[in-house]
Amino acid sequence: MTSALSIRDMVVIYDEFTALDHVSFDIGAGESFGIVGESGSGKSTLLRAVSGLASFDQGTLTVNGHSYSGRKRDKEFYRTVQMVFQDPYGSLHPRQTVDRLLLEPLLIHGFTDIETRINRALDEVGLGSGFRFRYSHQLSGGQRQRIAIARALILEPKILLLDEPTSALDASIQAEILNLLEQARRDRNLTFVMVSHDLGVISHMCERLAVMKNGKVVETVPRKALENREFSADYTRQLLVASEGFRRG
Amino acid sequence: MTMSGKPLLTVEDLRVTFPTRTGDVQAVRGVSFALGRERLGIVGESGSGKSQTGRAIMGLTPGHAKISARKLAFGDRDLLRMRASERRHLRGKKVAMILQDPKYSLNPVMTIGRQIVETLKTHERISTSAAKARALAMLEAVQINDPERVFSLYPHEVSGGMGQRAMIAMMLVCGPELLIADEPTSALDVTVQLEVLDILDRLVADRGMGLIFISHDLRLVSSFCDRVIVMYAGRIVEELPAANLADAQHPYTRGLLNCLPTIGSDRHPLPVLDRKPEWAL
Repeated sequence: MTSALSIRDMVVIYDEFTALDHVSFDIGAGESFGIVGESGSGKSTLLRAVSGLASFDQGTLTVNGHSYSGRKRDKEFYRTVQMVFQDPYGSLHPRQTVDRLLLEPLLIHGFTDIETRINRALDEVGLGSGFRFRYSHQLSGGQRQRIAIARALILEPKILLLDEPTSALDASIQAEILNLLEQARRDRNLTFVMVSHDLGVISHMCERLAVMKNGKVVETVPRKALENREFSADYTRQLLVASEGFRRG
Repeated sequence: MTMSGKPLLTVEDLRVTFPTRTGDVQAVRGVSFALGRERLGIVGESGSGKSQTGRAIMGLTPGHAKISARKLAFGDRDLLRMRASERRHLRGKKVAMILQDPKYSLNPVMTIGRQIVETLKTHERISTSAAKARALAMLEAVQINDPERVFSLYPHEVSGGMGQRAMIAMMLVCGPELLIADEPTSALDVTVQLEVLDILDRLVADRGMGLIFISHDLRLVSSFCDRVIVMYAGRIVEELPAANLADAQHPYTRGLLNCLPTIGSDRHPLPVLDRKPEWAL
């Protein structure tokens, strides 16, 4: 399997605090890879360092054969790697229409067939052109997340980084968004890196997952291992028990 | 658990209406239930009116909203006709509420200890030293290992789980008869969630309180409560014993249960909720 994204010994240090401690992954092209962990485990830091929103202090990042170090990324990188954030209320510009939000990445990357691309992007996320000139406050949480996905997909990236894309949504809306993401992945042969605290969501969406704690990867297991409970780390078992709900004991 | 004797709380045809520029918005539209000394769960998605139901019982509905009910009574005391001062006396003493996020619901400029002592001194004639002793005992009851230290910390100095325990301590220190918990663990990490629920469960059982547990998480609520009410668009669509969740009849409840991804079930795509307009009638 050729790897689409390869991380070697990535280290992120904030002042004295080591947020990421020698993290390494290889994610194959077209694979869906999950990262679970609690708050402070470094899962979001990892995604931010990969996406270029934060710099990393040591290690290497290889995307489609290109190596990147630290902060500096070229335009090609941002066309290949796009990100969807957790909070759809915080990740769309409040004073821009949907049209403006989708236009910006197209202008930056010098696309010319703007009309068709915007209309196609809206259709693809199931919203239609009626939403094109609305502001984000006129949309529901689920609709906003669809716009955020459209904005990420409009550049035809190869890798999508998903940071808790459904944890701010109601359960029924979550199902719709997860289905939309799976459909997009199938249609475009995308590679997913998905962060979540919900083991159910991760095991639904991802073929392999890494469990993180205190900035380190505790273990990396295939989805089947969760079903059959074949994992070695005690922490993974704790997470699994917690995800099964409250038990009076 | 069945109801014995007089209910602790009676709600009949509760309505909460918010006037807006474009007309009235009815957040709660005729909710009725009776609560004994039991654990009742209220489940619904955002906008279903579950939190506004809890707030109306607590008396925390914003001033511009209209509340009406055929009956809203705590024991045999009518909450709607009660004077504001009586309501204040009840709130915190007999009826208490735990909110979602300790980061926003604790006072950031008061130490945790002072906030608990403040609750006690508001409701009881008690000396400062006795109040402090009660506060420390309560912090110990919510399984805080070092109550003396936490007593003198500010809310920003503790973790989310610790903050939520402090909030539970603050709410239970006066010995309320009814506790309303509005998404008490949604802001916490999964493993911490269970610890906090465990503490809450034990205290509610030991003190024989009535509990209303409001949450969006149907499975969590049904594993914690005796009885579950499911709300949709301001109304109760279904009420059932928590143990019989699998026998839910209403398509909304079944849809909610069905659309959750779980480990080991391979359903692609996930079933989605097909919202029928008649559910909201």
